Amino acid sequence: MEPILTKNWGKPNSRKLVTYVESGGYGSLKKLFQMSPAQVIDEVKASGLRGRGGAGFPAGVKWGFVPKNTGKPVYLVVNADESEPGTFKDRAIFENDPHMLIEGIICACYALSSHVCYVYIRGEFFLQWEIFEAALQEARSNGLLGTNIKGSGFDLEIHTHRGAGAYICGEETALLESLEGKRGLPRIKPPFPAVKGAFGCPTTVNNVETIASVPWIIEHGAKAYAAIGVGKSTGTKLWSVCGHVNRPGVYEIPLGFPFRTFLQEYCGGVWKGRKLKAVIVGGSSVPVLTANEAMQVNLDYESLQAAGTLLGSGGMIVLDETTCMVAALDNLSDFYHHESCGQCTPCREGTGWVEKIMNRVDQGHGLTEDLGLLLDLADNMQGRTICTFADALAMPVRSFVQRFRSEFEEHIKLGRCPFAGPEWM
Amino acid sequence: MAFTFSGPQLEQIETICARYPARRAAILPVLWMVQEQEGWISAEATEAVAKVLDLTPAAVYEVITFYTMFQRKSCARHHLQVCRTLPCWLRGSAKLLAYLEKKLGIKAGEQTADGRFKLSTVECLASCGTAPMMQAGHRYYEELTPEKVDKILEELK
Ligand SMILES: Cc1cc2nc3c(=O)[nH]c(=O)nc-3n(C[C@H](O)[C@H](O)[C@H](O)COP(=O)(O)O)c2cc1C
Ligand code: SF4
Ligand code: FES
Repeated sequence: MEPILTKNWGKPNSRKLVTYVESGGYGSLKKLFQMSPAQVIDEVKASGLRGRGGAGFPAGVKWGFVPKNTGKPVYLVVNADESEPGTFKDRAIFENDPHMLIEGIICACYALSSHVCYVYIRGEFFLQWEIFEAALQEARSNGLLGTNIKGSGFDLEIHTHRGAGAYICGEETALLESLEGKRGLPRIKPPFPAVKGAFGCPTTVNNVETIASVPWIIEHGAKAYAAIGVGKSTGTKLWSVCGHVNRPGVYEIPLGFPFRTFLQEYCGGVWKGRKLKAVIVGGSSVPVLTANEAMQVNLDYESLQAAGTLLGSGGMIVLDETTCMVAALDNLSDFYHHESCGQCTPCREGTGWVEKIMNRVDQGHGLTEDLGLLLDLADNMQGRTICTFADALAMPVRSFVQRFRSEFEEHIKLGRCPFAGPEWM
Repeated sequence: MAFTFSGPQLEQIETICARYPARRAAILPVLWMVQEQEGWISAEATEAVAKVLDLTPAAVYEVITFYTMFQRKSCARHHLQVCRTLPCWLRGSAKLLAYLEKKLGIKAGEQTADGRFKLSTVECLASCGTAPMMQAGHRYYEELTPEKVDKILEELK
């Protein structure tokens, strides 16, 4: 497979404009400015590119929702909040190839007739922010940003906006609130950001990886992109792999690649010669798969959905046979309770209840009825809140309890955890 | 402790405000300016931010309290923030934390008496592939081992 997103990674000075241009970088712009914005949107629609931030919504379709000629400015907001546990691919794009993101932003803004883009970067990414600012500076001084980019008559400015520590700000409407200088509380939809987004204006929010995929599509055409992958899962995807594998890291593979081969050939297999117990394929918010299920699945949107999980962000967490699934869910329940913004009762209270129950089951003080209670809570949290954060805990809860029920029962029966806990190294 | 923005800082704030159609949007960048300089955000600084952005102090304060990275108290020189979320936990973050607690003689959430270290746990920092890890200042310290931790503690004076 010809790499699309990772082709420059590992080159010396891969962050520099010269390196990027030498390998054909900013090559899409010539074609871009010969197309009309509507043609660019059609091209991205035809490519089948889907959002890489978690929901997998077709990017071109989303751009098509932005109303034209409202008299208001249109904004592109790039979501670089990257806070979903297990996910560290956007960080790798910043560190290895920031100009690919800038080129993608130029393409997307041209398509949207947007002249201002905000890149919302999580606060902890200080070094990545510095790298990106340096790349922006290079682009500005080489006429790739500002007024009349490369003689096209198209103007664009990109601003970075640093977050300050809040998982919920990755949710697109919370992110917009945060951009506007408020607490990061998700908004009730509709209105959708396409109509009323940043500062009350039409806005598109896209993930870093989504935008970075666009230049290749413009340069090589939608057909070439759609030829990669399977069915409605076109193109390549970055997977960030962590947990119990020999070679954690970020890998680019065509969508539809078999998990079994990916685990062996890219990730070096399960560490310490141990057996696989479970995999969370798409970031901590998606349902967990058993080893058996995972070994049969292909890594694309449809196959993963058919297997009872979701592709999510592509943050893959691998758990070996020594892992206590109860402790693992306990850990996640702490995360979700800590990060709930508290606006909706089912989420604020539900995450707290799940955390309390999981703490006691994990410590061996669980009651037999706790498992039923957990499943009830999951049902009462899912689909009843302003944003899908509540679902993001409900799905792990349900899948952990259903797929690893005997481990939960054992904790309750023994009155203690039968596992030793993860070792350090 | 009085807090005032310097002339160049006020100019910089105007440059930041010009990026947005609404002045309020400059809150986070301006709070970052304050915290980068002072290490934390005092009540006086909060009032100064409110004044320069034409907001009430309460409007600024409610923003500060929402975001975990803003410090409302003066903090030790080095804030060790150990990631505790699942991927790091799978790679031994609980033992890493216990090791730091023992070495520093404090629990997570506390500071050493000499004001040198504060120890905290934080949620996933997008460094799960190089777990276990912690952040201190702007830096990520990754793939930590006891030896690496010993060295880092020596280096952070
Ligand atoms: C709780 C929550 C957290 C999210 N965190 C992120 C994130 O860190 N990065 C991201 O790109 N999308 C995140 N999303 C998804 C965004 O809301 C949005 O769908 C995405 O940025 C759209 O971009 P895409 O269509 O290019 O994927 C999150 C969603 C939810 C509900
Ligand atoms: S679901 Fe949870 S995180 Fe989302 S808006 Fe409601 S309370 Fe906030
Ligand atoms: S879980 Fe620690 S960096 Fe992601």
